[in-house]
Amino acid sequence: MKNSSSLSNSDDIIILDNISKSFGEVKAIIDVSMNVKRGEVCFIFGPSGGGKSTLLRCINHLETIDSGKIVVDGIHLTDSKTDINRIRSEVGMVFQLFNLFPHLKVLENITLAQKVVRKRSRKEALEVAHTLLKRVGIPEKADVFPNQLSGGQKQRVAIARALAMNPKIMLFDEPTSALDPEMIQEVLEVMLDLAKEGMTMVVVSHEMGFAKAAADRMIFLSDGKIVETGIGKEIFTNPKKDRTKVFLSQVLN
Amino acid sequence: MAINPDIRRQRPGLAPWVGDLSRFPWWILVVLLIGIAVTYAIIDNRFWGEAYDFVKLGIKITVKVSLISFTVALSLGLLAGLGGLSSNMIYRNFSMLYVQVIRGIPIIVQLYFVAFVIAPTVVSQINNLGDWMLASGILVNLGSGLANLHIRDVPMINRAIASLAIAYGAFEAEVFRAGIQSIERGQTEAARSLGMSHFQSMRYIILPQAIRVVMPPLGNDFISILKDSSLVSILAVRELTHMGQLHRARTFRSWEALGTVAVLYLMLTLTLAFLVKSMERRLAFEK
Repeated sequence: MKNSSSLSNSDDIIILDNISKSFGEVKAIIDVSMNVKRGEVCFIFGPSGGGKSTLLRCINHLETIDSGKIVVDGIHLTDSKTDINRIRSEVGMVFQLFNLFPHLKVLENITLAQKVVRKRSRKEALEVAHTLLKRVGIPEKADVFPNQLSGGQKQRVAIARALAMNPKIMLFDEPTSALDPEMIQEVLEVMLDLAKEGMTMVVVSHEMGFAKAAADRMIFLSDGKIVETGIGKEIFTNPKKDRTKVFLSQVLN
Repeated sequence: MAINPDIRRQRPGLAPWVGDLSRFPWWILVVLLIGIAVTYAIIDNRFWGEAYDFVKLGIKITVKVSLISFTVALSLGLLAGLGGLSSNMIYRNFSMLYVQVIRGIPIIVQLYFVAFVIAPTVVSQINNLGDWMLASGILVNLGSGLANLHIRDVPMINRAIASLAIAYGAFEAEVFRAGIQSIERGQTEAARSLGMSHFQSMRYIILPQAIRVVMPPLGNDFISILKDSSLVSILAVRELTHMGQLHRARTFRSWEALGTVAVLYLMLTLTLAFLVKSMERRLAFEK
């Protein structure tokens, strides 16, 4: 699903090495190790409360891990000397509840971080924002406030906001779970386009249709552990573990 | 208005004009009548006129004390409010200590304390610093100035303003803290995930939203501080209340003196309430 040039560079851009994370008594992630290659679309699925979102949030340090090692684009996240803000500006994040800034217009939502973090000029930031709004299909919404948008439009603005930083990686945390059914497709189409262009993506979602169309690798996460990993769609056709079979039969029917 | 006019009209047995009359803000009419009556008395009656001419000299001081102490209180409150949420242990504990101690002591006791304990202590420490500067020959001119500073050179009004600002800073700290906490965590996460620093996410994302939340309570506190500025009359600062008391003591015209003072406060607070309301409306945005 992606052009070959982005696959030619096949080093690992995200390395999770034996990471664990607990919230009090609850163990959210237990000794998880996984790598994501440059340009790869990695699809994480599994039952609610299985640690999917936590795992994703660890990658840009919204959650701190208890043990283990995380390396993003060659930089150790767990090193106390690391400038977390710099890594975060390289890693775009899309949230389930959009988290747009309600006091700023759509355009300002997209230009703010460009100006204060990337130090771009106002003119340059505006150009980027307009281009991205066209790309996600809502150029006419530049001057409205987020609360005047539908859910699908909000999420597309959120994607544009993250892309404006020219991230090397995009993380999607259940991007369609809060949307009305008729709006899911418009968001998925934007994500599919991104995957085609060779963006490195880690997607936590229940949208099996997206996984079938775009995933290079699928990871089934349950009770804080990786139960099964599959290349491409093989997990659909040939799940090895019983736990995976049960889950897939439930979500696919 | 939140009341739906259609629902009122459906009430059986009431003519439409009764509904209109019951919606009219009668209280404003009463306030206006009081205002007109007192204004008439001041123009027409010698005793009211004298009371007004004397008491009005305090208006400026009342406004000055309220404005300056509230401005300082806002800054103190923002600092302490952010401190209460800080992950820095020392900053957080100092902020909590300030808020809890100050909120637990009556303002009138604080006023006495600042005016007669803290201010003299600070002045004597400044004297010591000046002496030391003179002895060691550093900035001798400034040093001699500091060494000869006397507590009498610190006007009561300044001590009163400082004390009121400290007292209200503790209230505003809690207002700011609650306002910041009312903004969803997702806002901070979105800002941080775009690479903004803690300071940048506060400056561009959290505070602009929190300020809309805290406007109503801050407006309330501004009106409160205007009323509480009357407390500084105990330090013989010549504001409205003090002038009223002086006039009463001079002339035994209690009704005229206190009536004038009360109406003047009312005019100030109602004007402020109106300003705060219109400011809130201007800052409002669609939620």
